[in-house]
Amino acid sequence: MATQQIFSPLPGIFYRKPAPDKPVYKNDGDVVVESDTIGLIEVMKSFNEVKAGAAGKIVRFLAENEDAVMAGQPIAEIDV
Amino acid sequence: MAVKVLKPGLATTVQDLGRPGYYHIGIPLSGGMDRHALAAANLLVGNEAGAAVLEAVFMGPELEFTEDAVVAVTGAELPPKLDGAPRETWTSFKVKRGQILSFDFLKQGARGYIAVAGGIDVPVVLGSRSTYALGALGGFKGRKLEAGDELPIGHAAATGKEGRSVARDLRGQPAGMPTELRAMPGLYWHRITEAAGNGFFSDTWKVAPEADRIGYRFKGGKPLEFVPREPPFGAGSDPSNITDACYPYGSIQVPGGTEPIVLHRDAVSGGGYFMVGTVIAADMDLIGQLQPNTPVKFVKVDMKEALAARKSRSELLGRLHSALA
Repeated sequence: MATQQIFSPLPGIFYRKPAPDKPVYKNDGDVVVESDTIGLIEVMKSFNEVKAGAAGKIVRFLAENEDAVMAGQPIAEIDV
Repeated sequence: MAVKVLKPGLATTVQDLGRPGYYHIGIPLSGGMDRHALAAANLLVGNEAGAAVLEAVFMGPELEFTEDAVVAVTGAELPPKLDGAPRETWTSFKVKRGQILSFDFLKQGARGYIAVAGGIDVPVVLGSRSTYALGALGGFKGRKLEAGDELPIGHAAATGKEGRSVARDLRGQPAGMPTELRAMPGLYWHRITEAAGNGFFSDTWKVAPEADRIGYRFKGGKPLEFVPREPPFGAGSDPSNITDACYPYGSIQVPGGTEPIVLHRDAVSGGGYFMVGTVIAADMDLIGQLQPNTPVKFVKVDMKEALAARKSRSELLGRLHSALA
């Protein structure tokens, strides 16, 4: 089984939840399909969804909620 | 000739060197946030320095060319790919009809400038092709690009050649960490205490994620302490309020004394926040290349130093022109 990384498309702040009082989009070990949102990147007053990009199981998140991230930084890994 | 937008990127806009002359009636300068890089992209493809290009922030668009073209990408290290094959930044290259220009993840800087020989031929509005999205003015339909847009390209001069590049010392990009932004204390300097003034220039600030074409916000320094006063007529009650005044391009307002905001190309032209000073013209392009969380220090300069820096920046542009003539 191969592992694929999900990269942040943008620099900004990474969020694992759609809103502060909502549950996280995905937990470590959850099953995802390609179009699933796994988090948000906040930059320039906009919130941009990060998609899984592949079907599989999220092995683990590599970035924490509210981490400052760079474009191209791996934020999660999926078993595909 | 047209360029089709397959994917728009985050906030890709048409920009040239801007729309000066209307700021006093509330229409901002607009134009590229890094005008040196914008000029370089144009000169690489044989355009006039001020032709309209695409400014892509943090993330590149995906574009399909309907005719052969010469293209250059400058500014941020936003690596171009032609039909998936890597191309160099700061170097002109040929694109064949039907080929797709896309971009890899941003490696450094914030804004890439994509010039096409002939320039982006959108209508001139108040003397400029620049987009002022907040005012729905200029550029492509007054807004950022969307998938499905078709950008008209002007007639290319014969000088558009592939393989021309800009030497590193002519690129004018931010160097060193933290990035130093030179600023002159302004008319409202007396509103803060001496300790607060010293703190402003000695603290290290970080670019806030909200920073955009309107203003660059910074966090992480100590809040400014104000000299007590009775609010003058017309000023709000917060110590950072003033009787409404003009906001210069580059002015550093500090609402509530907490987070400085440097007004940039799409800024509002006036309001009621005190301004601690103004970032000098020579360093405004550098701001356009700052990513969120980049550390920054403001360095105090006087008018003489500011003018010398402006001269030196304009000489850099002169050297760029000579190198690509």
